[in-house]
This record gives sequence, C-alpha cells and structure tokens, in this order.
Amino acid sequence: MEKVRNYTLKIWRQPNAQSKGEFKTYEVKNISTGSSFLEMLDILNEEISEAGEDPVHFDHDCREGICGMCSLFINGRPHGPEEEITVCQLHMRTFPNNTTITIEPWRAKAFPVIKDLIVDRSAFDRIIQSGGFVSVNTGSVPDGNAIPIPKQNADLAMDAAACIGCGACVAACKNASAMLFVSAKVSQLALLPQGQVERKKRALAMVDQMDKEGFGSCTNTGACEAECPKGIDLSNIARMNREYFTASLTS
Amino acid sequence: MGWFIKIFGSSLGKKLLMSLTGLFLISFLTVHLIGNLSVFSQDGGLAFNAYAKFMSTNPLISTVSYLLYASIILHVIVAIVLTSANKSARPVKYKQLNAKDNSSWESRSMALLGILVLAFILLHLKDFWWQYKFGGSYQFSEDANGNRDIYALVIQQFSTTFGLASYLIGLLALFFHLKHGFQSAFQTLGINHNKYTPAIKNIGLAYSIIVPLCFASMPVYVYFFK
Repeated sequence: MEKVRNYTLKIWRQPNAQSKGEFKTYEVKNISTGSSFLEMLDILNEEISEAGEDPVHFDHDCREGICGMCSLFINGRPHGPEEEITVCQLHMRTFPNNTTITIEPWRAKAFPVIKDLIVDRSAFDRIIQSGGFVSVNTGSVPDGNAIPIPKQNADLAMDAAACIGCGACVAACKNASAMLFVSAKVSQLALLPQGQVERKKRALAMVDQMDKEGFGSCTNTGACEAECPKGIDLSNIARMNREYFTASLTS
Repeated sequence: MGWFIKIFGSSLGKKLLMSLTGLFLISFLTVHLIGNLSVFSQDGGLAFNAYAKFMSTNPLISTVSYLLYASIILHVIVAIVLTSANKSARPVKYKQLNAKDNSSWESRSMALLGILVLAFILLHLKDFWWQYKFGGSYQFSEDANGNRDIYALVIQQFSTTFGLASYLIGLLALFFHLKHGFQSAFQTLGINHNKYTPAIKNIGLAYSIIVPLCFASMPVYVYFFK
C-alpha cells in the first residue's frame, strides 16, 4: 500500500446562511494514509490560508469520536463509508488513491447551514431542553446497589445514552426525521428509576418539540440505525412510540 | 377532546393512523383472497357468483365494507399529509446520495408504491365493483342458480393482455408495499422485541410474497387456461 495519496475534493462552500452556496473543487497531494479525514481537511485549509483565501469551515472538537461535533456528509453518506464511526475516526486509507471525494453539510430544514459545512444543530438542544432531563430532587449520591435496577435495563439505558447527538440520523433519513435521536433520549431516562416521575411529561414534550422544529417523520427505513456512529438501534423508536401513545392516553 | 386532536396532529399520531389502517387493509386482503379462490372451483363460476352475491348482500359484510372504504381513504390522506411534510423537512437535496447503502429501495419508495397500488385499486373497482354494484356498461346474465354471472366478467377482463399486465404490475407494487409495510406497521405500534420481531419480519415477508402471488395466479389462470 502506498504511504501517501492524492485526492480531488468537491466541497460545499457557502459564505453564510442566506447565500446559495456551491461546490468548489480542490486538489490535495501527499496525504498520509494514516491521517484522519479531518487532518486531511486541516492540511487543505493550511494551503488555502497560505494562498490568502477563506479556509473551509467545518465542525470538530474532541477528535476521538465522543463529542458529536463532526458532521460531514461524505460520498453520499453521513460520517463517510465506514460503520459506527464519526468523521474524526475515519482514516484516509479508506479512500482509494486518485479518487474524488464529495463533502456536503447535513441537509435538513431544522439544521440550517451556518457556513460551508457547519450546520446549526441547536434544534437538538431545544428538544433536550423540552424534557430530556430529571428535574425532581433525586438526593445525593446513593450507596451502591441502594436503587435496584435490572442489569438488562441498565444496559439498554446505557446503549441509548451512548447517543452523542451528532445528527447523522437526521442527515441519513430520507425524511430528515430526528426520531432516532429523540427516542434515544426518551429511552435512557424511561428505563431508569430516576426518570419515572417525569416519564409521561417528557415523552409528550420532547415529541412535541421535535415536530415544532420541522423534522420529518419516520418511515422505518432503518437508514438512521445503519449510519449511527454509536449503534443506537430502532427498538428505541418503538419504545418512544409506546411511551408517547401511553402518555397521551393516560396523562 | 383536545388530547385526542393533539395525538393525531403529531407526527407519531399520524404514523399510528397509517399503521392501524394499514393493518386493517392487510387483514382485508386475507379475507378477499380466500373468497376469490372460489374462482378456481370447476363449476363454471357458480361458487364464485354465490360468493359475490353473499359479499354484496350480507349486512355484516356491508358494514365492514364502509370501514374498509374509510380506511383506504384515511390511509391515502394521511400518507399525503406525511409525505408532503417529510419532503419539506429537507428543502435542499444532497447532490450525492448513497441511500442504497443504508436502506432498502421499497422502504424509501412507499409513496410511489402506494400511488401504484391506489391506481390498481381504482382500476380493480372500476372493472368489477362498479359494474356489479352500480351497473356500468356490462350486461350481467344469470347463472344456473339465478345469481348474476360476475364470473363471466372475470373471464372477459383477464382474457385481454392489458387486463393481465395491469393486474400483474399492480400486484408487484403490492408485494413491495407489503414487504416494507407489514413489519413497519408493528414497529410504529411500538411492537419491537427480540423475542418476536424476527418472527414478525419473517411472517411479513412470507405474507408479502404469498398473497400477491395467489392473487396473481387468478388472472394468469384465466388468461392461459380459460
């Protein structure tokens, strides 16, 4: 395998939310196969900056796959072609030498583009603010095993809580639906004792806010599950549906 | 009453309507298929004509048929509302999209498949239901038992290549629509569990193959053997 590779990049450039935006083509040369996708963009941006132009703006933070900031739609798929990883964990060895890579921002009415590849995901924050928390006093840290939780529920809650809120589910869904995200947040609390007091209120409020933000609805295509970097599965959406219908009928 | 309106105003409530009406239409398909199989009884259509008379005169069947019409209309209306909302949730499309890597074609094409199935239903209603119930251009004769001979109309419709081809296309669309819709309806209801979801998926796949195939056997049988 060659140690360095060359690529043609087709990158979405959009100066601000109001402007129309367009693809621009860039060439990058001598990219190490060991560098991450974001490092490759860093190298490109060095070159653009040295030429005195505006570098490509993209979201990133921890670069170890746990913060959920990176959000690139690469070659037609969120977070690129690999399974269960974010863009920062994607390495250039995945992409064959001398190929073209297309990079777009997440596309959704609820995720407007701020600049270039950066989108405004505060719709997710507002959904969390509407009910994704425990506001009753649960006391100080309890003694170990003082609150009995079945192992299975603890595991399911932990699986749901693995959601990093990156928005790949919305980006992948043909309806730009946020149901995988919302269902993970509803599930992680519905499965644990601390979440019971506000369980019904939470399901109603979060679904309500999700609809207000202009996300589409679910047609069970499973694209979100396939693209989720944290492996959140569709059973969470079924649980959210149960929580919502039960809450509607009994609260 | 406010809570009731709120449910069906929400995205999840509309999905619930799609699921419930869809499952009712699936159950109807089973009944419709079992009755129609009488077309194969080798008695010159006596059993089929008796079945058609029963279906159009039995009060219980008549009552359920209104529920059926309502379900079809509701399924279509809610589908239009949801699809247009889903379309507007992504005003700027992706320039490059690899959806085939993360989802099945039929799951992404339910609206198109639904339009094809609806067109097929309308054609089917025009061919038989309209003629039988409201007396279209077709003149029914009477069979040996004094029932109107709709069997003869079946033979006439399916003897033409258009009759055969249009029904096969419609049933192919129905296969794809059911392949995704059957298991999807249970997921929407919140029925998803490691114990029985694999069974629901397998039964759904079997149902989506067997039922359209049995329906298709009727025009094929008439076209080639009658």
